[in-house]
Amino acid sequence: MSRVHGYGRVDRGRTLSFTFDGREYTGHPGDTLASALLANGVHLVGASVKLGRPHGISAAWTEDATALVQVERPFPEPMLQATTVELVDGLVARGVNGQGRLADTPDPARYDRKHTHTDTLVIGAGPAGLLAALSAARAGEDVVLLDDRPTAGGSLTGTEVIDGRPALEFVDDVVAELARLGVRHLQRTTAFGQYDDGFVLALERRTDHLGFDAPAQRSRQRVHRIRALKVVVATGAQERPIVFEDNDRPGIMLAASARDYLHRYGVLAGREIVVFTADDAAYAAAVDLAGAGARVTVLDVRENPPLDWKSRANDVGVTVQPSTMVTGTEGEERVRAVLARTTDGGVRLPADLLLVSGGWNPVVHLFSHVRGALAYDPSLGSFRPSGSLPGVTVIGAANGTLDLAGVLREGGGPDTPAAGPEPARTPAAVVWRTDGDPERQFVDLQRDATVADLGRAVGAGLRSVEHVKRYTTIGTAHDQGKTSGVLASGITAELLDVGIEDLGTTTFRPPYTPVAFAALAGRGRGELFDPVRTTPLHDWHAEAGAVFEDVGQWKRPRYYPRPGEDMDAAVLRECAATRSSVGMLDGSTLGKIDVQGPDAGVLLDRLYTNMMSTLKVGRVRYGVLCGNDGMVLDDGTVLRIDEDRYLLTTTTGGAATVLDWMEEWLQTEWPELRVHLTSVTEQWSVFPVVGPRSREVIGEVFAELDVSNDAFPFMSWRDTTLDGVPVRIARISFSGELAYEVNVNSWYALALWERLLAAGRRFGITPYGTETMHVLRAEKGYPIIGQDTDGTVTPQDLGMNWVVSKKKEDFVGKRSFARPENNNPQRKQFVSLLPTDGRTKLPEGSQIVELYEDGKLPEPPVPMLGHVTSSYHSAELARPFALALVKNGRARIGELVHVPVAGVLVPAVIGETVLVDPEGARRDG
Amino acid sequence: MQLIHCPWCGPREEVEFHYGGQAGVAYPERPAELSDQDWAEYVFYRDNPKGTFAERWSHSAGCRRWFDAVRDTHTYRFLSTTKPRPKEVRV
Repeated sequence: MSRVHGYGRVDRGRTLSFTFDGREYTGHPGDTLASALLANGVHLVGASVKLGRPHGISAAWTEDATALVQVERPFPEPMLQATTVELVDGLVARGVNGQGRLADTPDPARYDRKHTHTDTLVIGAGPAGLLAALSAARAGEDVVLLDDRPTAGGSLTGTEVIDGRPALEFVDDVVAELARLGVRHLQRTTAFGQYDDGFVLALERRTDHLGFDAPAQRSRQRVHRIRALKVVVATGAQERPIVFEDNDRPGIMLAASARDYLHRYGVLAGREIVVFTADDAAYAAAVDLAGAGARVTVLDVRENPPLDWKSRANDVGVTVQPSTMVTGTEGEERVRAVLARTTDGGVRLPADLLLVSGGWNPVVHLFSHVRGALAYDPSLGSFRPSGSLPGVTVIGAANGTLDLAGVLREGGGPDTPAAGPEPARTPAAVVWRTDGDPERQFVDLQRDATVADLGRAVGAGLRSVEHVKRYTTIGTAHDQGKTSGVLASGITAELLDVGIEDLGTTTFRPPYTPVAFAALAGRGRGELFDPVRTTPLHDWHAEAGAVFEDVGQWKRPRYYPRPGEDMDAAVLRECAATRSSVGMLDGSTLGKIDVQGPDAGVLLDRLYTNMMSTLKVGRVRYGVLCGNDGMVLDDGTVLRIDEDRYLLTTTTGGAATVLDWMEEWLQTEWPELRVHLTSVTEQWSVFPVVGPRSREVIGEVFAELDVSNDAFPFMSWRDTTLDGVPVRIARISFSGELAYEVNVNSWYALALWERLLAAGRRFGITPYGTETMHVLRAEKGYPIIGQDTDGTVTPQDLGMNWVVSKKKEDFVGKRSFARPENNNPQRKQFVSLLPTDGRTKLPEGSQIVELYEDGKLPEPPVPMLGHVTSSYHSAELARPFALALVKNGRARIGELVHVPVAGVLVPAVIGETVLVDPEGARRDG
Repeated sequence: MQLIHCPWCGPREEVEFHYGGQAGVAYPERPAELSDQDWAEYVFYRDNPKGTFAERWSHSAGCRRWFDAVRDTHTYRFLSTTKPRPKEVRV
C-alpha cells in the first residue's frame, strides 16, 4: 500500500471495495479511482489508442491524458478518466485498450437541465474564485459559484497560511459565509463552455459519487444553462509537461499532481522519485513527498536553481542537480530508471516515479471560447489572456498569476486577506523538449502524437498551428490542449524557426471536458425527444389496428390492416371500397389558416397564383402558392367564409411554412393591409367522406342538409348543426369521387366520426389511411407538393396553367414565369409512367433513361430524363402505375422510356397524369 | 448563444429567432416592367459584405414579428435592432 498516515482528506474510517481489471481492491470515500489505484500500487491502467503502448496515471484531475477506463458498474460508460471517477463501493472498471464500449441497455438514469440567471458567475472555487464570489456577494450581487472538484479550495493543499490560519480553514469560513449570503454554490460542476453575452453551460454531477445508493428520482447529471451579467473565470492553471523520449510510460506524472495525491488522498505515488523541472513549483512537491517518506532527486534544467527552495530541499534530504535534462526512461509497465544528461555527461537514475514540471499553463479555455485574445507570455512559457472582453474577467492563475498573494489580491480586491510567506519565484526556464528520438517523444499522449508527427505536418507544408492541430489530431479528445496545446505550439514554432509568440496557439472550443450526450439531451429523449402531434381520433385509430406514419410531427394512420393483410393488400381493399362504395379518412392534420380582415382578399390575390377575391361566400377554390422564383411552394383549398374572412387549407407538412410565408409578406412588404392570420389546424377536425355512397351517408347523418348536387354543388361549403354542435361540410374531392369533407370542433371529433361510421355501416364504410389517400389522388393525377415537387417545379410544369391567373396584373412569382429558363421546353414536366410489363411497381426516386434507337444504353454518364415521384399499385387499374417528372414529358406522351430497377431496365410508357375517370364524371356522384 | 434584442419582447436567446436575409430589398413596384436581369437581381442577388449589414429577422419562437437589424458579419454582433420602418421611407 502507498497510503501515508497523517496525509489526505479521504475518510479512512470507511473502506470501499472495487474491482479493476478483474482484481479486487479497496479504497476510501473521497478517493478517485486513480488515487485508489495508486494507493494499491497500480500504475499501469491501459494501452494507448494508436500504438498500444502501456499507459498509466499522469495527472490527478482532468488534465490526465492517459488513464482512460471503462466503467462496467454501476452503469457501463466508456472512456472515462480514472482521475475524475469518484470511488464508490462496488465500482467495477477496467483499463481501456484502444476503445471503450457503449452500454447495450437503456440508461436508467435521469438527466435534466436548469436555467439560471445571475449578476455574477464565478467559475472556480480556488482562492481567487472564492474571494471574487465573496466580494460580489458582500456587495449585494446575485452570485453563482461553480467548481468542478468535490470540495472548494482549488490547488490549496492545506499547508499554506491565509490570514494566519491554515488555508483550508480559511476556505471553510469563506464557504460558510457564501452560504449565509445566499450564493448558489455548486461543487462537482464543470463549466464546459462559454458563449456570447454571458452564457455559460455547466455540467453538474449529482449522484455519481453516491454509487449504488444514488436515489433514482434524482437526476444523475444536470446541465446548467447560466446567463450572467458578469463572468469571472478563476479556473486556475495546469502544469505543463516537458517532452522527452518515452515520456508516456506509467509512473511518469506531473509534479503538482503527485503533491495533490499526497495532500488530498494521502497517497505516495512513488518511493524512489526523480523530479524533472524547469520551474519552482516542483520543489514544493519534492519537499512534501520527501517529508512523507520518499527518496527524491531533483533534476533542474536551470543552471541556477532557486536558492531558497534548494536549501529547503536539502533540509529534507533531497538532492538538487542543476543544468540537467531528462533524455529518456526505462521500464515497460512502470518506469524503472530515468536517463538524464548533465554538464558532465549522461547518468542513469533508478526510479519508480518520474515527476515532470515545465511550468504552468493558465486554463484559458473558457476565455478563448468567446474569442478572447491570447498572447504568449515568455515569463510563463505559455499563453494568457490579452486584452479584455465585455463582461468577462479572468483572475488568479488562469490569468497567469502564480503566487498566492497575487492570486488573493486579484480575487479579493480591497478585502484581500494576507497570504503567508512564500519563497520568491524565479522565472521558469522555457523548455518544450529535450534531445531524443522524435518518434518516441510524445506531445499528445492520448493521441500517441509525437514530435515526429509535428515534423511531418510542417514537412507537408502546414504553417498554421490550427492546421497542424487538425493534421496531427493534437489537442483533441479529452485533452483539449490542456497538456499538449502549448507544447505543440512551442515545438511547431521551433520546427518552423519562428517565434511562438508569432505562431500563436489554437482557439479553444467547447467542451472543456467531455459531456455525455445523455446529459445534453436531458429529458428530451425517447418519447420526449420530439413532440408528437396526434389527432383527437388517435386512440380510435390505434384500437382499429392502424399502422401509423409520421408526417412531420403528426402520427397519421397509414392503413388499417385486417388479419393476414400486408400493406399492399390493405391499401388495395381500402381503395376499392372507397371507389366502389364509401370510405372515410381522418384528415384532421390538414393545415388550416383563418384569414380575417377587410384586405384579406387583397392579400390572397397577391400570394395565390389565381384570383381569390372574386370567390363567392359559400364557395371553395383550389389555389397554389409560389415563391418569388415561380416555383410551387404549397397548395390547398380556400373557403370564403364571409366578405372579410377566408379559411385556407395547406398540406399537413406545409402548414407552418405557409403561415410564416404569409406573415412575412404581410409584416414586411404590405404592413398597410388590414389582415390577421391565425392557425386553426388543431381547432378543426376534418373527415373526408368519399365515394359514390357518401351522399347517402352525409344525408342520413345531417338530415336537415340538402345534399343534392343542385343545392350543394361541387366546390361549395355549407354550415349545419348536429345535436346543436356546429358542423361545416365542404364538397372537395382529393380522390375524384363524390366527397364531403366534414369539419367539426375537435372536441366533438370522436362522436361525429362514430356517427358517420354508424351511418355508413350498411354501405360497408371503410376507414382508410394516408397510403390509400395517396393512391386515390395519384390515380387522378393530383400532385402532392413536397413529394411530386421539390422546389424546382412550376405550376406549368405540373400541367396546371389553369390555376395561374391571366387576369391579375401581378402575384408573387408571376414575373418569374416569363423568364427564359421557365419556358425552356426541356423543363421536367409531370406525367404518368405505366410499366409495360403491368407488374413492376417502380421504386419512388428511380431515375428515368432512354435508349438509343438501336436499343442500346448510351455510354455513362447516361443522361437522366427525370425521376419517379410517386408509385403505387392501383386496384381500379389492376396494375401498378407511377407519376414522374420527365424532361419535355408532355410532348413525349406515348413514348417508351426505361427505369433501372435492381439492375434491370424496366420499360414504361409515358402518359397523361389522370388515369382514372379522366372526364371527371364521378365527382358529382 | 447571443442575446438578440427583439424590439417588442426585449432580449431573448438567438434560438428563438429566424434569419430573413438582407433588409431593404423591396418588392418591385411593377415587376412586369423589369428586365430579366433586373428581376433576377431582385430574386437572387444579395449583398454579402464583411462588416456592417442590414438584415431582417423574425422572432419566430416568440412574438412572431419581423424586425430590422444591423449586424457585423465579421464579429456576428448585433449593432441595432429596430421595428420595420414605414414603407414610405424605406429605400
